Amino acid sequence: MAGSDRTPAPPADVCIVGAGPAGAIVAARLAEAGHDVVVLDAGPRYEPENRERQLDAHLRPGMEGPWGTGGERDAYTSSGERHYPLNAARVKGIGGSTLHWQAMVMRLHERDFEMDSRHGVGADWPVDYADLRPYYAAAERELGVAGADDNPFAPPREKPFPLPAFPPSHSDSIFAEACEALGLPTHSVPNARNSEPTDDASACVGYGTCKPVCPSGAKYTAERHVARAETAGARVVDRAPVQRLVHDETAVDAAVYATPDGEQHRQEARAVVLACGGVENVRLLLLSASDAYPDGLANSSGLVGRYFMDHCFAGVGGRIDRPTRQNHVGFNTTECHALYDGTDPLAGVKLEFLNYAGPSPAIDALHADEWGDDLLDSLRDSYGTHLAVGGLVEQFPDADNRITLDRSTTDDHGNPVPDVEWSVGPETRRAIERANEVQRAILEELDADIDWIVGPDETGPAYHHMGTTRMGTDPGSSVVAPDCRAHDLDNLWIAGSSVFPTGGGMNPTLTIAALSCRLADRLDRWL
Amino acid sequence: MNLSRRDALAALAATGVVAGGSVALADDGTDGNVDPADGVPENVIGDDTVAILAAVGSVVYPDATTGIDPFVETYVSGRLSDDPDHRRGVVDAAAELDATARDWFDAPVTELDRSTCDRLLRELGVDAVDPDPEGSLSGRVRFYIVNELLYAFYSSPTGGRLVGIENPVGYPGGTESYRRASMGEETEHGRE
Ligand SMILES: Cc1cc2nc3c(=O)[nH]c(=O)nc-3n(C[C@H](O)[C@H](O)[C@H](O)COP(=O)(O)OP(=O)(O)OC[C@H]3O[C@@H](n4cnc5c(N)ncnc54)[C@H](O)[C@@H]3O)c2cc1C
Ligand code: SF4
Repeated sequence: MAGSDRTPAPPADVCIVGAGPAGAIVAARLAEAGHDVVVLDAGPRYEPENRERQLDAHLRPGMEGPWGTGGERDAYTSSGERHYPLNAARVKGIGGSTLHWQAMVMRLHERDFEMDSRHGVGADWPVDYADLRPYYAAAERELGVAGADDNPFAPPREKPFPLPAFPPSHSDSIFAEACEALGLPTHSVPNARNSEPTDDASACVGYGTCKPVCPSGAKYTAERHVARAETAGARVVDRAPVQRLVHDETAVDAAVYATPDGEQHRQEARAVVLACGGVENVRLLLLSASDAYPDGLANSSGLVGRYFMDHCFAGVGGRIDRPTRQNHVGFNTTECHALYDGTDPLAGVKLEFLNYAGPSPAIDALHADEWGDDLLDSLRDSYGTHLAVGGLVEQFPDADNRITLDRSTTDDHGNPVPDVEWSVGPETRRAIERANEVQRAILEELDADIDWIVGPDETGPAYHHMGTTRMGTDPGSSVVAPDCRAHDLDNLWIAGSSVFPTGGGMNPTLTIAALSCRLADRLDRWL
Repeated sequence: MNLSRRDALAALAATGVVAGGSVALADDGTDGNVDPADGVPENVIGDDTVAILAAVGSVVYPDATTGIDPFVETYVSGRLSDDPDHRRGVVDAAAELDATARDWFDAPVTELDRSTCDRLLRELGVDAVDPDPEGSLSGRVRFYIVNELLYAFYSSPTGGRLVGIENPVGYPGGTESYRRASMGEETEHGRE
């Protein structure tokens, strides 16, 4: 529904709240299966023809960022040990945070599903890798993943990736020498970005601005699934933030949503899928508290909002005495999962060899306080020889890391805002230190002058919001059942990484997509 | 280095403007579709503005750059033809900069020598100010003129190559360059 009629549809089979990948994949699959689907998203529709303008907005200082995140609509607080920059970590709009994302997509490893039984940390998933394996294959098709079967540490797979991997970069070949000397095998990165043209989009053309905006559309965004859902008859309403879910003791009746004209509407549906991301899923459940569920909907376990996890960044960067050819493209082409599955460290570590280390002359020029030859000299001096190894480090679930409502602050609709309490635990600190040791060894092998290290004190989140409505078999210690349906209600389903009991150390969205494919199957049968 | 129209078209590609040579350029500031409200042409940009931008270009581009006039003409007019708000910002900032030059140095920007034009910009604080499309004159000159020119130059192969990158951020230069060990040479058929 591209127009501005935001009035409710007749009672639908399914109402999906949130049009990021978690919700949009469910919407496309259920609409294509013939169900009557309504999707409500808090954010606006961003027309693809304006992407170049949004590229300007990103590159040119003085313009508002491309996705309008922030302001009263997105107010939040952060009261934990570490500040959590929530509005850098999400986008509200048709497509959700994939509008901004980096689009690296890997499967979790087998151990990630069994960390408690294998190592006595975290929580086991109630499903294992084998259960999810066919859905991972489906998810790779859904996201059009470009990849190669060259990763000796990856879990078993039988199907080739839908598209060939992007070949390694020049700097990857520099790193490969050093990693070989250190006995660290390197391999390709699965990317949700077109290495070849497809029916959906052109091949990547190398704008180099993937994060936050891909003007060519080669990078997957969930807008693709929204388009598919709409083609199959789904109604998708933008700028329609859901205020609360109206329910009785056993089922949700309707989603109450606001519209820009100041009205509120009720969308009734037989089933509701919550897909607002790992922070807003919690907020909406807590805002929907009632006499039947005074602590928040689906929260009889008291765990809604608990066990918030992200991945922590670890990295080392420096310069070498030869050209490194950075900042041509905005994505990575080589990784190393060698540190992922062992016990030193126990928290999973994934190493990433950056293709965008150091400054980009195009961006530096626009911020410079000089011009003419002076500027050219500075740019020549600053560009050309930077290298960096980054990485993601796993956080184990900790009940004290959590999302709650901050009732002292309200958003543009008068609702309490989310408060994020986030800290970095000892195992993660240890694993970041270990990652730094290896990263430093790689750069030292290349005789690099090391310029910076992001260690346990400097680390920040990778913007993956996991764990806050965890999945399990016991209604006392989890929020949703293994099929992603809330234990407390017959017709409320939760999509997205908030259901991850333990987060692993891999970027979450392929797993989100796999769970959404699975959820759509289950819900299709239930309907 | 000598700038050419081809360089300008490449720079336009960086901003997504499909120029294809169909550049709307008025012969003078009075031609084109005049917006009756203020007499500013709606989708073309006058010679005066282009000349002012080119004069500033000779200050902010590296000293050895030649061919600035056709580069700026092609780039600016291509880029502004479909963006009336931005076009108006550029035209207004250029006119006000020109008025300041006349006020301070008794000459239009286009008649200032390079070092005086450089002084004009610095005395306005354009080197240090934050670019601001709605701000003071210096913030707007930085946003609409200096950064417009630097963006055209450094986010295209034109300026990128001077620094060592033929496919800079913002330019859709394909997925070969990131794999190469060095910048390819420029050939008659384009960049290899
Ligand atoms: C900078 C950045 C880089 C990233 N890079 C990667 C990466 O390389 N690989 C990877 O796997 N992941 C990456 N991610 C994470 C990835 O974007 C998320 O995992 C993914 O988008 C989550 O999908 P989702 O649908 O659950 O939530 P989202 O994509 O966040 O979508 C949620 C949607 O719900 C809507 N919503 C929220 N509240 C309401 C409400 N009350 N009513 C109606 N609608 C509502 C929002 O408007 C939004 O559109 C990155 C994220 C960021 C920010
Ligand atoms: S480099 Fe990134 S932004 Fe550019 S086309 Fe490829 S995917 Fe899109």
